[in-house]
Amino acid sequence: MSTVTAKPGEATLPAETAAVSRVPAHQVLAFGVMTALLIVAPFAVYPVFLMKALCFALFACAFNLLIGYVGLLSFGHAAFLGSAGYATAHAAKVWGLPPEVAILFGTAVAGVLGVAIGAVTIRSRGIYFANITLAFAQMIFFCSLQAKFTGGEDGIQAVPRGTFLGLLDLRQMYVLYFVVLAIFLVGFVVIYRAIHSPFGQVLKAVRENEPRAISLGYRAEHYKLIAFVLSATLSGLAGGTKAIVFQLASLTDVHWTMSGEVVLMTLLGGLGTVFGPVVGAFILVALENYLAQLGAWVTIVQGAIFVVCVLTFRRGVVGELGRLLRKPL
Amino acid sequence: MTIFGIPPQALFGQLLIGLINGAFYAMLSLGLSVIFGLLNIINFAHGALYMMGAFVAYFALQWAGIGYWPSLLIGPLVVGLVGIVLERTMLKRLYHLDHLYGLLLTFGIALVIQGVFRNEFGSSGLPYGIPKQLQGGYNLGFMFLPMYRAWVIVFSLVVCLGTWYVIERTRLGSYLRAATENPALVQAFGINVPRMITLTYGFGVALAALAGVLAAPIYQVNPLMGADLIIVVFAVVVIGGMGSILGSIVTGFALGVVEGFTKVFYPEASNTVIFVIMALVLLVRPAGLFGRTA
Repeated sequence: MSTVTAKPGEATLPAETAAVSRVPAHQVLAFGVMTALLIVAPFAVYPVFLMKALCFALFACAFNLLIGYVGLLSFGHAAFLGSAGYATAHAAKVWGLPPEVAILFGTAVAGVLGVAIGAVTIRSRGIYFANITLAFAQMIFFCSLQAKFTGGEDGIQAVPRGTFLGLLDLRQMYVLYFVVLAIFLVGFVVIYRAIHSPFGQVLKAVRENEPRAISLGYRAEHYKLIAFVLSATLSGLAGGTKAIVFQLASLTDVHWTMSGEVVLMTLLGGLGTVFGPVVGAFILVALENYLAQLGAWVTIVQGAIFVVCVLTFRRGVVGELGRLLRKPL
Repeated sequence: MTIFGIPPQALFGQLLIGLINGAFYAMLSLGLSVIFGLLNIINFAHGALYMMGAFVAYFALQWAGIGYWPSLLIGPLVVGLVGIVLERTMLKRLYHLDHLYGLLLTFGIALVIQGVFRNEFGSSGLPYGIPKQLQGGYNLGFMFLPMYRAWVIVFSLVVCLGTWYVIERTRLGSYLRAATENPALVQAFGINVPRMITLTYGFGVALAALAGVLAAPIYQVNPLMGADLIIVVFAVVVIGGMGSILGSIVTGFALGVVEGFTKVFYPEASNTVIFVIMALVLLVRPAGLFGRTA
């Protein structure tokens, strides 16, 4: 998991961030390849599948911000994805807001929820943190099940897609795809910038040695809380976008199995890698697509991947690739 | 006659259901606590193994004609062995890593077990009858008490207190507590700590299976019976204080009762009340009601 080379007596802190602000060439290259592939992809692959994968990729990237760079495993991230989905769907359908405003509203709801849950949970760490976030997410799940506006078991269906910014008609498949792609890329770049900023360096310092970071004068809890809220907000962006794409907000997205899935995506792609969550999300969504007819086999295969990853493949696909190329991806 | 505007039948009925649920919370969180104390992992497979306990009882009856009473022993033994195999083959490899990997591994195991059972038996429940000796019930005047439910409450209370006694008051338990504090030192005294870890995991899992057998006549045997229950039990463990033996027993029963009363007075909140309590407890005492600060 560790990507920071903090040698004894040499702290990786903002004083030494001169090298950080420059983006390494191989990562620019990888980003270019990814973007190019995603631009070409809808002409070869079913766009709805790609959009689903993109939403989950953004979700996984947001989740990775927390586990990979703060070292906190949240087992309740579905709460942010799902509640943003409900908020977006409600705003678009009942209030009739345009999609961009609806998505922003959903994102904001997830952010506020992130502040509330983060304020209570951020003091705990390790297994405690995982357990407590899980319980909070389950609380959100039951609230979603019983609240009037969420439609209970039915969810909010037939959410209108509308026109993005009053210009782009989202009912056209390819327009929708490129809007989703743009949202994903914005989220991705935000996360990338956050990780590779002085702020991100402090986060890594806190992860590697929290007492030391505190003794150097950093308010570790503030940094962790900001990272948590950022992660929650971007998960909300993914959830809101997903609700517009599928015209549906349902209980699936709030259930704890969804929290497990995002862990799996990130683990499979590579914890703490920049591109890992994207790769993991695409692999897992593709897998679910192919196994969908086989019912409970999806769960079995997911569980088996979990076991194999944890036992023998802890760096994940991108982590292993980066190790082979000797460059962090 | 009414109490707080509620007919006593309803009140005591929910109290009984609460105690039953509390008995299962207590047994499951006790197993989790014992495992967490020594292995430092949260056993996500606990719900799946609880379900397996119920299924062992079901198979024993269907295939071999073995009834409820022997199943109370067979279920925990079989599932305990499964647990020991899991610990020896997989969990053991993760002790040198971050404890979160243990959580992820057991989560994966839970998905596999639940998926396999769901493939074989679907999602609907399979009936499991109440044993002959425990059918019927007592009329207490203010309510009807089914004998089986009374048996579950008493039996699980005995099991929980027995476990507490063994861990807190016997020599074996003192080894266990010592190994929780400092495994390296205990090993230096000549105690086989790895074997103790294996057996502890097996024991914790066997407790889950025992709860599963007890639950079979009440909730039916269902591949997903442990899936959502375990999340509530996690919250119970957090409230009680992770790793605290007495804490998990007391909070288990208490929260079951609280949940039951919530069903009477404010049914909408009955699913969330435990999580709300958890949030409040964390604000006041981050280590849980009975936990020591880490």
